[in-house]
Amino acid sequence: MTGSLLITGGRVIDPASGGDAQADVLIRDGRIEAVGTGLMDHDAVRFEATGAIVAPGFIDMHVHLREPGIEHAETIETGARAAAAGGFTTICCMPNTAPVNDSATVTSYIVQRAREVACVNVLPIGAITKGSLGTELAAIGSMREAGIVAISDDGRPVMNARVMRRAMEIAFALGIPVIDHCEDLDLSAGGDMHEGPTSVRLGLRGIPAASEDVMVARDLLLAELTGAHFHVAHLSTQRSVAMVAFAKSRGLSVSCEVTPHHFSLTDHELEDYDSNFKMKPPLRCDHDADAVIEGIVNGVVDAIATDHAPHAGSEKMQEFERCPFGITGLETALGLALSELVHKDRISLMRMVELFTTGPANILRLDRGTLAVGAPADVTIFDLHTEWAYDVQQSFSKSRNSPFHGRRFRGSPLATIVGGEIVWNRE
Amino acid sequence: MANKTAGLLDIQSLDRAEIDAILARAHFFQPADGETFRRSDTLRGKTIVNLFFEASTRTRVSFEIAAKRLGADTVSIAAQGSSVSKGESLVDTLNTLVAMRPNAIVMRHEASGAPHFLARHLQIPIVNAGDGTHEHPTQALLDARTILDQRPSLEGLRVAIIGDIAHSRVARSNVHLLSKFNADIVLCGPPSLLPRELEQLAPGVRLAYEMEEAIRDADVIMMLRVQLERQHEAPMSPGEYFRFYGLRLEHLKLAKPDVLVMHPGPINRGRELSSEVADSQRSVILNQVGNGIAVRMAVLERILGKPS
Repeated sequence: MTGSLLITGGRVIDPASGGDAQADVLIRDGRIEAVGTGLMDHDAVRFEATGAIVAPGFIDMHVHLREPGIEHAETIETGARAAAAGGFTTICCMPNTAPVNDSATVTSYIVQRAREVACVNVLPIGAITKGSLGTELAAIGSMREAGIVAISDDGRPVMNARVMRRAMEIAFALGIPVIDHCEDLDLSAGGDMHEGPTSVRLGLRGIPAASEDVMVARDLLLAELTGAHFHVAHLSTQRSVAMVAFAKSRGLSVSCEVTPHHFSLTDHELEDYDSNFKMKPPLRCDHDADAVIEGIVNGVVDAIATDHAPHAGSEKMQEFERCPFGITGLETALGLALSELVHKDRISLMRMVELFTTGPANILRLDRGTLAVGAPADVTIFDLHTEWAYDVQQSFSKSRNSPFHGRRFRGSPLATIVGGEIVWNRE
Repeated sequence: MANKTAGLLDIQSLDRAEIDAILARAHFFQPADGETFRRSDTLRGKTIVNLFFEASTRTRVSFEIAAKRLGADTVSIAAQGSSVSKGESLVDTLNTLVAMRPNAIVMRHEASGAPHFLARHLQIPIVNAGDGTHEHPTQALLDARTILDQRPSLEGLRVAIIGDIAHSRVARSNVHLLSKFNADIVLCGPPSLLPRELEQLAPGVRLAYEMEEAIRDADVIMMLRVQLERQHEAPMSPGEYFRFYGLRLEHLKLAKPDVLVMHPGPINRGRELSSEVADSQRSVILNQVGNGIAVRMAVLERILGKPS
């Protein structure tokens, strides 16, 4: 966009530079022009941010937009609007659409469609295997040329270690990460919730923590074998956190993300058989949730990602064991991170912003997630103290499957700026 | 979890006083020898829908007789042949039935938590007649009634529950009930049907992998049916199962001399218990069936009417 925008008086937090001070941010022609005090531009539109936090635009590296093919649950347009309302300026969409994003044709469709209708940046993630069926590699190179930023068979993990090895070799050569939804499908088969005392009591079939751990272990070994960058999606168990920490200490190119629901909820929530608490990986037990938070605190965790997974109401309005897995999350992520991590003094505000910005940007090698001069003018403005309750009926998403309806938060997104343009504003 | 005014969803959320009240009222309904169940008109004018999404003979008939003995009108629906097979969702099926203004719904469903899910969305009392592998509250109540016919109290009894615990809603409901009365409960079965987390189900529960250990000094032995339809892999051959987990006459010597042998039915002779045990003096399996009606009368009356 052309024209300029001056964000005045906010507390500017930029993990890329380590900066944390009151400053103005001047945006011109879609790029960061200057950050400093007393900036002036008489032609600029002014955005008064006194008392608010001004941060690089948040990046959510794990969302499901359901387009093409499942548009009754979400579209690129509605998902992007929900993202903007949650403070995200960039989202990466998983390939499990219909058809699966396993070819340059589908990738190009998503890129083109996003350009037309999305108010935030949409970066596609390509499938590892054709149809995400786990047998034959997808057209990874062609998809890379068409715009994918990573590969993943999210939701339908590659069970064959040899196929995964070949995918990692290609990803290594292309310089893109392999994101794995780590789940041994034989161990988790039929399971509906975390396996433990609660699942046994409720008579629901369990998904053992080991089903995640064995795949994290396998993939770490394959990453070492191939040199590829391996990124663990939605890490949820104590042992997986420990294994990633160990791999990092050995210098492997490995990273991981956690979801807001895994650091704020546990399997106790399942008591009422409410399918809005059903997702994969499942809500784990107390010591897993504690370990995930500890990983966020001590730096093992690189990013917060929502795994925003919209489902139409009819799909979630069923017997628990028949409901699909997944919950929406774009609009509640910042509120949860502030309320559960920052306000409880688990992490600093700088660390939280890092998990939403430089963390994912570094994994995906994006030129975003920073307020450096010349960077794309993606900015997230939020405050720390507004008390608000999430009303899922007001969601911009097409779906309503959130476990956080009615939950109260302290701190809220205020405005979302993409390429210098205000795409969402709380007012 | 369960709403007292809303029906009966599980044993876990009942307290001792409520259980005592139901069992006492069930005793009132028990017929004298050679007679049938007494008839009352407590529930005259009420309509009860029995909605069974899983095959059932004894539970469905038992609920139906119980309702009729209390003067209620009953409608029994089996899922086969209903709108469910036309793709209607469970909530829509129930909403349709509720629109016909019954006073309560008795439901059996193969999904754990299905009645709890419905109770959150419907304004009608729901009686859980068995939900998946979760609970079967009236079975535990009738088992307790059957024990109390032979023992002064449940307090401190040694109870062995043997078989496919992992998939048993009967076991879960019985554990919750017996634990509330401080029973000493031993759960026994093959390792893959006996998850260790069961020890945390309620106070007073421990696990045993060997029958002999479970049965020693038992006041009550509850055998469970091997639920092949709920198992997704065969953990043991039938012969192997019967050898290690089938109840035979020689086992009874390890238990208390007046031990009660129970089974929720349907029994598989030679699978989980021998024919001799099923027909022995110690077996109270048919008493359980009879008590099912008395207990269900007490439950329905408690939900829908005032005791006269």
